[in-house]
Amino acid sequence: MNIVVLVKQVPDTATERKLSSDDNTLDRAASDGVINELDEYAIEEALLLREKHGGEVTVLTMGPDQATDSIRKALSMGADKAVHLSDEALHGSDALQTAYALSKALGTVEFDLVVLGSESTDARTGVVGAALAEYLGLPQLTLAGKVDVDGSAIKVQRQTDYGYDVVEAQLPAVVSVVEKINEPRYPSFKLIMQAKKKPVQKLAIADAGIDAAGVGLANATTETVDFAAAPPRAAGTVVQDEGDGGVKAADFLAEKKFV
Amino acid sequence: MSERRITPPDPHDFLAVDSALPAEERAIRDTVRDFAERELLPNVADWFEAGTIPDPRGLAKAFGDLGVFGMHVAGYGCAGASAVAYGLACRELEAVDSGLRSFVSVQGSLAMTAIHKFGSEDQKQKWLPRMAAGEAIGCFGLTEPDSGSDPGAMRTRARRDGSDWVLDGTKMWITNGSVADVAVVWAATDDGIRGFLVPAGTPGFTANVIHKKLSLRASVTAELVFDGVRLPADALLPGSKGLGSPLSCLNEARYGIVWGAVGAARACYEAALEYAGTREQFGGPIAGFQLTQRKLADMVVDVNQAGLTALQIGRLKDAGACHHNHVSFGKFANVAAAQRVARTARSVHGANGITLEYPVLRHMVNLETVATYEGTEEIHALSIGQSVTGISAFR
Repeated sequence: MNIVVLVKQVPDTATERKLSSDDNTLDRAASDGVINELDEYAIEEALLLREKHGGEVTVLTMGPDQATDSIRKALSMGADKAVHLSDEALHGSDALQTAYALSKALGTVEFDLVVLGSESTDARTGVVGAALAEYLGLPQLTLAGKVDVDGSAIKVQRQTDYGYDVVEAQLPAVVSVVEKINEPRYPSFKLIMQAKKKPVQKLAIADAGIDAAGVGLANATTETVDFAAAPPRAAGTVVQDEGDGGVKAADFLAEKKFV
Repeated sequence: MSERRITPPDPHDFLAVDSALPAEERAIRDTVRDFAERELLPNVADWFEAGTIPDPRGLAKAFGDLGVFGMHVAGYGCAGASAVAYGLACRELEAVDSGLRSFVSVQGSLAMTAIHKFGSEDQKQKWLPRMAAGEAIGCFGLTEPDSGSDPGAMRTRARRDGSDWVLDGTKMWITNGSVADVAVVWAATDDGIRGFLVPAGTPGFTANVIHKKLSLRASVTAELVFDGVRLPADALLPGSKGLGSPLSCLNEARYGIVWGAVGAARACYEAALEYAGTREQFGGPIAGFQLTQRKLADMVVDVNQAGLTALQIGRLKDAGACHHNHVSFGKFANVAAAQRVARTARSVHGANGITLEYPVLRHMVNLETVATYEGTEEIHALSIGQSVTGISAFR
């Protein structure tokens, strides 16, 4: 079974993240890029499925040159090869355009299954998996907390507020995962040393048959109109307990609609 | 020429020591840092307080999965990384605790190096892959109760009995001695000092845990006792001959300490920087006081100079040009720097600095061991003295 994992490089959530005031897009120079956390779970799941069913794991990343670091990490965790879709024309693409571009890039790879994190820690739209499945005309199995593959059938536990749904489909399919699914491994030093010998195919948009009019900031279907820093946290309220502390605490919770 | 924007120094890497690291070395640094912060740092104060590592086999397996054991050895399941990469791993581990770096030093630099350098092909095949994977733990017995800086005066003896060897003696301060599957033991023979592989459970071999340590508490230390231990002929490390053999292994471990000390120093400095910025006295953060700024300046200089020293010695090692006197220089300079930083950082923390809630006193007392083992500060000073004068002051 051949699996493609979609890996997005995002700014490290542990550092201060900035938007560029020029065009309201992410300022990638402002913080270190790391693999989107949920995509690490996607990589792990792909590796576990490969260990069980054989085949190859290919990493597909769309992003500028510095995303090479994230590709290398995915290869160091154990992925076999990578495809790096990188083109100036992609700058500023929104979630739908990203899904379109990824669907075209996936046309250059043979796969039975696409796995990705259910959302990224930067934009947090959470729609790329669904949109991608739509573009590819494939079944989408989102928010997976457990994946089982049996022959050409795939069954996932789709996490919900009330527990989970069991969803089934036929391969090929697109699966987005949540962090409950596994515990991502650390890269091993041996694989780190081998990572640079693994094939990384660079794709420009023309190589993938991507229509330039369908991607990029100027053609985006959504626009970031403005941005502002989050307001500083307001000081807490101090309530003096004069024998009625419990009542005051209950009133506070009721006022905030917690009870 | 395009103009390059000059940015102010990063307080956490002031001289940008890591800026020229190639991708593999950065990846190894980041992996160990991530592992150390997530798997080790949350537990280390408890382990230190308990005076042990509760699950040494589990820890060995985790280190093995990462690939840190014998990582700069090629073949036999080892990663074959650079000496600088190994140093970076030691630095990031010792930023958590010297005891955890010691675990890796003993396994990789001492026990595995001894087998790799002096072992037969059978011995290498039998032990190295399992030790690299963390499935087998090794220890290294050279120091004795009455023989520390002068290992040539050892009393442990191995004598021939037919084709067998019979081993008698005591080894002291042996990291992982009581949890090891195999001990590399150095003994005097009629043919000079030789190394032997002694599996745990060999009749006559006992390991007694050393209690009441006030330093390196997140580490298992033992005394090894050999009472008429009968070993087959193939227990001998055939390539070992003379005191130079164990000393060459120690040189590998000391190299790790050159880097590890930088990690301990950095952790203390960073804790002090953080604390000084948030602790308020006289209406402002203590970081705003001149005396505190002097301490921070002293610390950041020590940390970065030690970091550069380690990197330069690492580059020499990767170029095959690292003399053991270079390593003496590094251990002598960097451990002393780390001790200064730890003591200064403790003073910045005030009373809070004496608890395990903060890492500084833990590092400070650990560094007393680090300054002593693998060649005391005095011996390394004498080694440097001999190197620059050509006159040996001690033997």
